[in-house]
Amino acid sequence: MKHLVALLVLCAVSIAPSLAQAKSDTLYQELGAQQGISDLMTTFVLEIAEDERVIHHFENVDIDRFHRMLSLHLCELTGGPCTYTGADMVEVHRGMAITRAEFNAVVEDLIAAMEAEGVPTATQNKLLARLAELHGEIVAR
Amino acid sequence: MTKHNMIKLYPRTWRSWLFMAALLTGSQAYAGDGKLLATGAVTSIEGAGGGGIVPWATTASYAEKGEWGFTVNGNFADVDDFQLGVQSLNVTYGNRIEMSYAQQRLGLNTIGGDLQQQIYGLKVRLSGDLVYGDLPQISLGLQHKRNTTFALPQAVGAADDSGTDIYLSAAKAWLAGPFERTWVANLTLRATKANQLGLLGFGGDKNDDYEAMAEASLGMFVNRHWLIGAEYRQKPDNLGFAKEYDWRDIFVGWFPNKSVALVVAYVDLKSIAGLPDQTGAYASLQISF
Repeated sequence: MKHLVALLVLCAVSIAPSLAQAKSDTLYQELGAQQGISDLMTTFVLEIAEDERVIHHFENVDIDRFHRMLSLHLCELTGGPCTYTGADMVEVHRGMAITRAEFNAVVEDLIAAMEAEGVPTATQNKLLARLAELHGEIVAR
Repeated sequence: MTKHNMIKLYPRTWRSWLFMAALLTGSQAYAGDGKLLATGAVTSIEGAGGGGIVPWATTASYAEKGEWGFTVNGNFADVDDFQLGVQSLNVTYGNRIEMSYAQQRLGLNTIGGDLQQQIYGLKVRLSGDLVYGDLPQISLGLQHKRNTTFALPQAVGAADDSGTDIYLSAAKAWLAGPFERTWVANLTLRATKANQLGLLGFGGDKNDDYEAMAEASLGMFVNRHWLIGAEYRQKPDNLGFAKEYDWRDIFVGWFPNKSVALVVAYVDLKSIAGLPDQTGAYASLQISF
């Protein structure tokens, strides 16, 4: 009996960290890890480029750097093995006077990109829920 | 007052609605679509943006801050002994103020004749947001109702031919709720004296005071375009001639794009005016500009 308990404890101890690990990077994996996120962000940037409602905010943006920073930020936000090195969302959007409608337009561009990339609804929802938390930092008050 | 009147009533009504729709289409340049798909909800049977039988804290149409929005709506319910037809118009500004006008007609198939009323609605979003932030969207609303067929309501004990409902609603969406689906919930508290929405007048021999009624809706988005859910609406019981019961429904909503929303439902209205087992089908169509 003692051995059985010890065995169970040992199992629990050895499984727990891997469970925590699996949980924290699940969304990252669901999005297809580094490559999946990079592809999704490419489609997303193309959606934005065709969106007359918001394109004026991106006129002087270095698209390659934008794509790289987006991918890095998303990797970090979804629990991937990355560290976002860019400025925080408040600083990035300072002075841009982003409206609520413009924020929603970009959300729609992301949804369109996820649909195009075949991201399942459940994964879409989890990503949108994480990004929705940034609303307060991005939209002008 | 039978089928003859029904036929006479509807062509004239629908012509005027089509005219209004044409006018609204012309003003589309001023209308906005800054809200996310389905976040303007649909239009309830009293003309307010909401579910089917419950007004929600959401404002109708897709108008965001600084934008105008318009909706034109038709609702229809067919239960054992009654048919309810509603046409309504809704004007919204800036996800802040919603004004609505609705006309309701209840056909009394078994008893004969019909009951009609007009509803003037106003709703103001007080705080919060349906999607963003932790707090729910909270709105305060009014519905001023004028019954234009008061002879029958008066005969069964109704006190007034007009009345005003006041309601407070809270609504919240969870983007990734249970089953990793997007969920939406709304709770409405209404102070009312209306008998069967007001179609049987306001106040009565049994009770002539305002009472607080709870109304709730819960829905789950299967994907971006399909919403399934259920509603419950508590009702007052002011008339001695027949007990008034709470209403409930289960619904499927379809949001193919930001111009159209379609709902079909199964409604259980219990007993109305003493006629039991009023269950049946419900449908509503919303056109947004």
